[in-house]
Amino acid sequence: MTAVQQQTRNAITLKGSAKLVTDYLNYGINSILFQRGIYPPESFKAEEHFGLSILVSTDEKINEFLQSVLTQMKDWLMQEKIQKLSLVVTNTSTKEVLERWDFRLEYEKENVKEENGELVGNKELTVIQKEIKDVLRQICSTVSFLPLLDAPCEFDLHIYTKPDCEVPAEWNETGPCFIANSQELQLRSFSTSLHKMNTVVSYKTE
Amino acid sequence: MAQFSFLNDLNSAVRMDEPITKGPVPRWQKKTLEPSGGINSSLNLSKGKISASFNASSSGMPKTPKQSDAMAMKKTPSKTPKKSPGKTPSRTPTRTPSGGDRFIPSRTGTNFELGHYKLNQQENEREDDGLSPAQKDNRQAMKETLHGCDISQTRILAFQKKAPAPPEGYVNPLKVLYSQSKTPMSAKATSRYIPHAPDRILDAPEIVDDYYLNLIDWSSTNILAVALGNSVYLWNAATGNIDQLLELEGQDYVSSLNWIQEGNLLAVGTSLGCVQLWDATQNKRLRLMDGHSQRVASLSWNTFILSSGSRTGQIIHHDVRQREHQVALLSSHTQEVCGLKWSPDGKYLASGGNDNMLYIWSGIPGQASYQTTPLYSLSAHQAAVKALAWCPWAPHILASGGGTADRHIRFWNCNIGSCFNSIDTKSQVCGILWSSAFKEIISGHGFANNQLIIWKYPSMAKVAELTGHTARVLHLAMSPDNTTVLSAGADETLRLWKCFVPDPLKKKEVKDSAPIHSILKQSIR
Repeated sequence: MTAVQQQTRNAITLKGSAKLVTDYLNYGINSILFQRGIYPPESFKAEEHFGLSILVSTDEKINEFLQSVLTQMKDWLMQEKIQKLSLVVTNTSTKEVLERWDFRLEYEKENVKEENGELVGNKELTVIQKEIKDVLRQICSTVSFLPLLDAPCEFDLHIYTKPDCEVPAEWNETGPCFIANSQELQLRSFSTSLHKMNTVVSYKTE
Repeated sequence: MAQFSFLNDLNSAVRMDEPITKGPVPRWQKKTLEPSGGINSSLNLSKGKISASFNASSSGMPKTPKQSDAMAMKKTPSKTPKKSPGKTPSRTPTRTPSGGDRFIPSRTGTNFELGHYKLNQQENEREDDGLSPAQKDNRQAMKETLHGCDISQTRILAFQKKAPAPPEGYVNPLKVLYSQSKTPMSAKATSRYIPHAPDRILDAPEIVDDYYLNLIDWSSTNILAVALGNSVYLWNAATGNIDQLLELEGQDYVSSLNWIQEGNLLAVGTSLGCVQLWDATQNKRLRLMDGHSQRVASLSWNTFILSSGSRTGQIIHHDVRQREHQVALLSSHTQEVCGLKWSPDGKYLASGGNDNMLYIWSGIPGQASYQTTPLYSLSAHQAAVKALAWCPWAPHILASGGGTADRHIRFWNCNIGSCFNSIDTKSQVCGILWSSAFKEIISGHGFANNQLIIWKYPSMAKVAELTGHTARVLHLAMSPDNTTVLSAGADETLRLWKCFVPDPLKKKEVKDSAPIHSILKQSIR
């Protein structure tokens, strides 16, 4: 009996893993929007997540957009359809791409067992949360070296999926975005034992 | 070149036995034929070809010149095969010494670059098919690194309804991080005089430019301890004498310093994780305390308890009187502890780390038992918390400053664990000190202005900005008489600012009022 309890405590389901990944993306994206000054700082409020105070947007339209993208993403994550999510920052007037944050996903097959028809990983939640916390903190500190976004900017989220993925009506296909003369920086990565997330920021060098 | 064709002309003219028709064409005939057939065709019809051949040969591509040479040859009239197109330009001026029938091509109107591009475009497309497998693999690999995945196997999707653009007229507030502009001073002018230039500048060669270390401290006996590289120097502020206290061996360097309240003992933390106790009056080492596995970046005394914070995030309380000196181990921080300060009454210990956390620990003065869980965990800062200072007149109030990504000074009431004020300083906060005489605080900053700012407390109106450092201010220390602030900069200078010198008139008032107070007290008794 105790052995069973032990096992369930250390287990993470596919659903839980997808939730953690989308939570990370939500707070990571909010943090980027605040730290890079894309929206006015007055429209953000501090919330406690993963043991950090993270500034989350209070703008309804932004939240609605993020929620609709991330809920769709969670479905695709469960079906292992997603390769990566890109946050693209473009200059509003010239449409030039200034910065791209890539959240690359890998699906891990090691240490994964199937229990009651569900995929289950074996990593402890506190360890995962600590790893996520470290990446989120790194995102905050990037402000000290990334170039200033001088002109008004807007952002968009692009999801790179596998070709056999079902696409709902409100989604469009677009082309890849490049930054001319870019520099790339790999941040820390984290793994839920089911999903592995690599965060990379590319920015324009002068 | 010209003389050869002339020779040819001459030769054919000399052959008398051949019919006259094969001889050189009469000059007038040549003229009418030449421009229309020779030059015109080469410039108008095969404009692109010629330019292509010229450009290609200059860039040194092996294939193209041959091809285009052949093409150009075909285009030139068969009638004059000897004359290669290269010759014609040099010849034309000699043929037309004067007159209006010269053909001058207008090269400004011809788009050679476009022509060249159009020509090469087709060739490049052809080249794409003729790639070797190795080159194809290479190209594929390039594509994959560029996109981060195999793009032909991927669909890129975007949500139709886009996020809203930022409000009209909004300017990125982070501009302050990158610009040199000065932030406005408070409108109300202060009545007192603050010298804007440093009183003295001392050299500090080889001071380690590391935000996380604590390398200067000023004792209550008016001796300033400075760590430069692997040595510690003592500067007697009254006499100006400099003594070397210690020098570490090998790669080891001093990472932190702290004077005991009485001012005779100096605690020194090293990069190898040792904490040393030095008697400054006899220049003698008294104790060596281990316990940390990485460098000791911060130290703070509370009577006989010395607390040390290390790069591992651990804080150890050492009881310097005991043989087993380690009395408590606090391991809440996950990264380097760069700020560590006991409150003046010894009730609280504040610790700030590179993990952006500020912890308040409770301590009971005179007791050697310490809790290993923090009283408050404060996560409001968005960057490393190095600058910590307790209010001298209200011992439960703490000021803390964050690093580059945060730039805020926050004020905490540690009795209830809440932040009651915060201000954006627009620059990295490296150090904070309080002035109890003026109820002001002074903060040291990094990029862009490397300045010290004096703020009025609690309104946080800016009183003065002291500039002079050419690199960021790393550490701040206050003289024991609370009049002079010392700032150590990454520009390897120590600057002394006499910014809290009391007004002589005001000082008198205080002296006058003091005896009256005591008399009153006596009479009541």
